[in-house]
Amino acid sequence: MATFEKKRGKASPEVSTASLPDIIFMLLFFFMMVTVMRDSELKVDVNTPEATELTKLEKKSLVNYIFVGRPKVAYRDTYGTKPRMQLGDKFSTVADIPLFLEKHKAKLPENQRQGITSSLKIDGTVTMGIVADIKTALRKANQLKVNYSAGKRVD
Amino acid sequence: MGKTNTRDRMKNEVNAGSMADIAFLLLIFFLVTTTIAEDKGVLVRLPPWSNEPPENLKMNTRNVYSVLVNADDQLLVRGESMKVEDLKEATKLFIRNPRKEANKAEDPTKAIISLKNDRGTKYRTFLTVYNELKAAYTDLRNDESEKRFGKLYEYCSRAQRDEIKKVLPVVISEAEPTSFGDES
Repeated sequence: MATFEKKRGKASPEVSTASLPDIIFMLLFFFMMVTVMRDSELKVDVNTPEATELTKLEKKSLVNYIFVGRPKVAYRDTYGTKPRMQLGDKFSTVADIPLFLEKHKAKLPENQRQGITSSLKIDGTVTMGIVADIKTALRKANQLKVNYSAGKRVD
Repeated sequence: MGKTNTRDRMKNEVNAGSMADIAFLLLIFFLVTTTIAEDKGVLVRLPPWSNEPPENLKMNTRNVYSVLVNADDQLLVRGESMKVEDLKEATKLFIRNPRKEANKAEDPTKAIISLKNDRGTKYRTFLTVYNELKAAYTDLRNDESEKRFGKLYEYCSRAQRDEIKKVLPVVISEAEPTSFGDES
């Protein structure tokens, strides 16, 4: 008994906080991995279809995004429910595509420009009319590398 | 007893040495289990735009595999309706033509897949059909590379790929869509 009492001195046991930074760093890394940077807020609902023949987009800086879908609930009063196109962070029409592409191109050095890919994020329920118009506009602007964004299909 | 010496205090500390190990374990666990949202899709190369109407090429109809998708998302392949699930195998058969049938492609290099849709076709259907056509070519290329080099196409070297590309070029032509259906 005597030895027992001796061990429990008056000193308050302290938990070491030396590893706290480790934990914080771990959390930081975790969130860094999981979050996807999105430079533009989506104003249309995009639920891309699924496919199997997928190619990964490698260099993010060489990709420009064109979103097509029905406006989100908050924008329906102004823009209706018909599928609309979003370039950058605003609703646009097909006529705005050349300028949009040109702006993106201007940011890149000349030797990288032929690698520019347009990623079309199009909702599955949209009809092909608007898609065909976009394709024509891209062809006219000589932007021929196109990636139809799709999720992975598991059979 | 009244005074605590340093040795006593040392004994009361929780050993934090293994904390780092636990943290790393958690980190590795999350790294393994989370899938990072990736940007993937079906890569397509559009034909360049020209203002002149295309030349009226005389093409042997046996080499053209026409796939039509209407506004009701139905498939018409060479005048006959078909289910999307059967499209891949049928396309492979057309390109390869193992029995040298008179109504299928003379040679894989001459085969042309012509895809035409309506402005009212759903994008989902279009992409599924396109995906099946591309999958047919991927399968054929994989078969070819297995036969020649004993490995899948994606693991082949650049020179080997070029060799296969020469024998099995992907020719999927997209025609201007018709506009019979309703757009929404």
